[in-house]
Amino acid sequence: MDFDLSEEQGMLKDSVERLLKDQYGFEARGKYRAGETGFSEKMWNQYAELGLLALPFAEEDGGIGGGATETMIVMEAFGKALILEPYFASVILAGGVLRHAGNAGQKSALIPGIADGSLRMALACAEPQGRYDLFDVETSAKKDGDGWVIDGKKALVLHGDSAGKLIVSARTSGGSRDEDGISLFLVDGNAEGVLRHGYPTQDGLRAAEITLQSVKVGAEALIGSEGGAWPVISRVADEAVAALCAEAVGCFEKMHELTLEYLKTRSQFGTTIGSFQALQHRAVDMFVELEQSRSMTMYASMLATGDDPVERARAVSAAKVQIGESAKIIGREAIQLHGGVGMTMEYAIGHYFKRTTMIDILFGDANHHLKRLAQMDGLIREDA
Amino acid sequence: MDLRFTEDELAFRDEVRTFFREALPASIRENIVAGRHTTKEELVTWTRILHDKGWAVPHWPVEHGGTGWSPIKQYIYLEEMSQTPAPAPLAFGVNMVGPVIYTFGNEAQKSRFLPRIATLEDWWCQGFSEPGSGSDLASLKTRAVRDGDEYVVNGQKTWTTLAQYADWIFCLVRTDPDARKQSGISFLLIDMKTPGITVRPIQTIDGGHEVNEVFFDDVRVPVENLVGEENKGWNYAKFLLGNERVNIARVGVSKERIRRIKELAAHQRVGGERMIDQPEFREKVAAVEVRLKALEMTQLRVLAGEAKREKGTQDPASSILKIKGSEIQQATTELLMDVVGPYAMPYIPEDDIDGRNEPSIGPDWASTIAPAYFNTRKVSIYGGSNEIQKNIIAKAILGL
Repeated sequence: MDFDLSEEQGMLKDSVERLLKDQYGFEARGKYRAGETGFSEKMWNQYAELGLLALPFAEEDGGIGGGATETMIVMEAFGKALILEPYFASVILAGGVLRHAGNAGQKSALIPGIADGSLRMALACAEPQGRYDLFDVETSAKKDGDGWVIDGKKALVLHGDSAGKLIVSARTSGGSRDEDGISLFLVDGNAEGVLRHGYPTQDGLRAAEITLQSVKVGAEALIGSEGGAWPVISRVADEAVAALCAEAVGCFEKMHELTLEYLKTRSQFGTTIGSFQALQHRAVDMFVELEQSRSMTMYASMLATGDDPVERARAVSAAKVQIGESAKIIGREAIQLHGGVGMTMEYAIGHYFKRTTMIDILFGDANHHLKRLAQMDGLIREDA
Repeated sequence: MDLRFTEDELAFRDEVRTFFREALPASIRENIVAGRHTTKEELVTWTRILHDKGWAVPHWPVEHGGTGWSPIKQYIYLEEMSQTPAPAPLAFGVNMVGPVIYTFGNEAQKSRFLPRIATLEDWWCQGFSEPGSGSDLASLKTRAVRDGDEYVVNGQKTWTTLAQYADWIFCLVRTDPDARKQSGISFLLIDMKTPGITVRPIQTIDGGHEVNEVFFDDVRVPVENLVGEENKGWNYAKFLLGNERVNIARVGVSKERIRRIKELAAHQRVGGERMIDQPEFREKVAAVEVRLKALEMTQLRVLAGEAKREKGTQDPASSILKIKGSEIQQATTELLMDVVGPYAMPYIPEDDIDGRNEPSIGPDWASTIAPAYFNTRKVSIYGGSNEIQKNIIAKAILGL
C-alpha cells in the first residue's frame, strides 16, 4: 500500500498548480467568465501545451497514457482554481467514450484534436425524463440506408453549446428504460436538425438542452456496438464521478483555506473571531469532512478504472455519497463562518459553494448513489 | 500511488486470519459475538496464545518482544483480530504503560515489567482522571510526597477501567504543588496490593461494572517505581496519549458490527418482509458503511505516512480518527437498536446471562443490545472527549 505520488506525478501536480496560481486568480476567473464562450481560450491552449488535454489517452492514440491518479491530480487542481473550461465535458466524458469504445478510425480522427485543443466535444447522454438514470433513453436512432436518423431530446449537455462534436446516446432497440438497445453516435455540433439551447449553470459553467430532429448520420458515426452502449456509458460515468470527486476535494480544500483565513483576520468584540470555540469546532468539522472526502476520492480513483463493474460501482457510489454529504456540510459552514460577505457575488467562497453543490448533482446526487450502493449490498459483505 | 495491499501484505493477512480462526477458543468468540464482556480468564488465555505465537506485542521494539512489522501489517493484524472477532489485548499494558516503560523507563523497570505485560501476568490499569480533573487533566491533585526512599501518595483516581482485576496501576501524581500545573507531575507505577489502596466500583448506565474509583490513603511507593524524571510525567502522559493511533479508530470492530447488523436484519421480519430487504434500512446501513470506508482510508493514509514522518510529528489526518471512529461506533449501536426492536426492553443483568437457568426473554441475542448502545456513549467521552479533540485540531492543525 502506497499513498505517495511518483516523481512524474509530483511534477504534474506542481506544474498544473503553478499555472493556475499564476493565471487563474479569482479576478482573472471573473474576466474569463465574462468573455464570449464563458471561459478562457488562452487557458485552454495552455492546458494543451502542458499535455493536460492529452493526459488520459493512450500513447498509441496520441495521448500521454495517464491513469486515474493523474486525472485526480489535475481535477483537484482545477477544483482549487474553480476553472471554467470544458475539460470535464471534452476530455473526461467524450474522451472517455472514445477511449473505451472508439474504433481505430474514430480515435485517430478525434483524439489528436482533443489533445491539441482544437476540437472540443460534449457527451449528450442524459434526457429530461431520466433524472439520473442514463439508461432512460427515449431518443431514437433508426436505420436509414447505411446510416441512421436520430430524433429526440438530450438534457443538461455540459458545454454542449460550444462543442464542435457531440456524442449522443440513442435507442436502437428495446423499451425506454432498458439497459440493452442503447447506442452511441458521433454527431457534428452544427449538423442539420441539431438545435442547441445553451445556457449558464448555477456555478458559472455552461450547458445546453439539445433537440435532434431527423438528424442524419452515416454508418461510421456509430461508436461501439449497436445496442451495446450501456456498459460503456456506465463505465464512463463511474470514471467521471471519480474525477468530479477529485474536483470537489480541490474546492473543499480552498473553501477550508479561505474560511480559516477569514477566521484569523475578521475581528469582532475586540478579538479575531477564530478565537471563539463555537466557531473553531465548526472549522474542525469542515477539516474532518475535507480529509474524509480526500480519502474516499483516493479510494474511488483507485477502483473506478477497475474492470469489475460491480466493485467499481460500489466504490464510486460510496465516494459520491461522501462528497455529496461533505459538500453540504462544508458549504453551509463556509458561508456561515464568513457571515454576510459569504453571501456576496464579489467574494470567492460563494462560488465554490455553488460549484460543489452542482458537483453533488452531476451524475447522481448523494441520495441516488446511496440507493445504488444499498441495492448492491453495501461495502461490507460476508465476502469482503 | 497504489492503495491495494501488496502480495506480501495479502499473504500476511491470510496468515493472521487463519491463525486467529484456528487458535481462538470457540467459547471466547461466541461471547464476543453475543455482545458479552470478555472475562479476565478469557483475556489471559487469549494473550498467552498470542504470546506463544510471538504476537502478543507486535508493535513493541524487537528486543522487547516486538515483531518488526510495518505499520500497515500491524494494522492488518489488529483488523483481523477484531473481525475474527477476538478480544483486543489489554490496552493499558501493551499500548499504554508498556511503551512508556521501554521509552522512558530504566533497565530495571524494563526487565521487571515488560515481560509480565506481554504475558498478562500483570494486569495494568490507568490512574489519570480524577473527580475534579477530567478534560482538564493537568489540574490533577493526587499528591506524592517524597519520604526517604518512598513516595507517600494521597488522593483519588476515577474512571479506572477494570481496576477490579488489576495488579498494577500507572498514575499521574503531583510531586511539585508550586510548579505551573503541567510541570509538577510525575509518572508512578503502583502495586495495587499496597496498603492504603481502596477500589470502589462505579456502575455504568448499561448496568455493567467496567470502571472504578481508586482511593489512595498514605500509600507508600518505592522511589524505584518512578518512571523517568520527577516532575516530567506530563511529557510521558502526552507520549502515551499520542501513541494510541494505530487502532483508535476501531475500524475492524465497526466492520464486524455491521456484518452482525446485516446478519441479524436478515432474520428480523418487519411488516411481512425481511428488515434487510427494506430499502430505507439498507440505506441507513450503507450510509454508515460509507463513513467507515472513508475512515479506513484515512487510517491507512496516516499509517502509510507514519514510517516517513519525523518522530514526534503527527499527520494532521490522525486527529480525525478518534472523532470519526467514535461517531461510527455509536452509529452502529444505534443500528443494532433499530434491528432488535421491542425486545431491546427486557433487562437481564449480564451476571445472570452466563449462569441463568431461566429461558431467555425474546431472541437470545437481544438482551445485550440496549446495554451496548448505552455503554457506547462512552467512546466519544474517554481518551480526550471529542470536544477536546476538536480543540486540539483547532489549535495544533488549523492554527486558531
